[in-house]
Amino acid sequence: MTLPARAQRYRTHLLILIMVCVGPLGDTFLSDGMKRIGAPSRWNPAVLFQFFERAFTSGIVWIGIILLIAFFSAYMLALTWADFSYVQPASAMAYGVVAVLGYFLLGESVTPTRWAGVALICLGVLIVGRTPPRTTGTV
Amino acid sequence: MLREVILFSIIIIGGPAGEICMSAAMKRVGEVSDFRPMALLRVAARAAAMRQVWIGFALMALAFFGLLAMLSLENVSFVVPVTALSYAASAPGGRIFLGERITPQRWIGVALVCLGVALVCLGQG
Repeated sequence: MTLPARAQRYRTHLLILIMVCVGPLGDTFLSDGMKRIGAPSRWNPAVLFQFFERAFTSGIVWIGIILLIAFFSAYMLALTWADFSYVQPASAMAYGVVAVLGYFLLGESVTPTRWAGVALICLGVLIVGRTPPRTTGTV
Repeated sequence: MLREVILFSIIIIGGPAGEICMSAAMKRVGEVSDFRPMALLRVAARAAAMRQVWIGFALMALAFFGLLAMLSLENVSFVVPVTALSYAASAPGGRIFLGERITPQRWIGVALVCLGVALVCLGQG
């Protein structure tokens, strides 16, 4: 393997690692921010407007949004360096990582049944991503 | 319960539907080969003139608002795994609306996602 190819592989692995950590961390910050704001007391337009106004003036929510933007940027960049099937497992793992972060950082109660469900979701998303990306027309 | 079902439907259907609109619009805009600022601005202007881009943007924004509302109600370890149902929704959606052929392997993946979501919901207690 030539050095540039090895360097590119390290770069891609680093990006995938960033994606696996940053995306779920963004969701965790969003969750923390929204829990602090609390659910809307009513679901009419005026109350919902105030609810989203509070959401978009929350620093924690903005940290979550910035992390999610970083995740999508890393995802797009990784797709220009590597095949979709190489990058895609990162999005499958994200469903598991978010449950782990919810458990450890937010102190959420995760039952064994839910852990089993999350594991099946990760496996299912992984299998969907491993199928041929194009099934229409002639290739 | 009805509120949660409505919010999850907005997230699961709105997000992928928005991405499909954006994808269709960007295919019409064409491949970006010139990355100079003025060329990129022209591409952005061409994209902004397309109705599909705005519909896609609105649907994706709606899905994000739905996610924020859902996260104010339920735990993230419940909400985010359930949103994986968008993978399940995209299989019949792709078959019906885009004429895609869904391979048996993809159906197995979709079935596992559905089973996993069912377990996550059961684990909600």
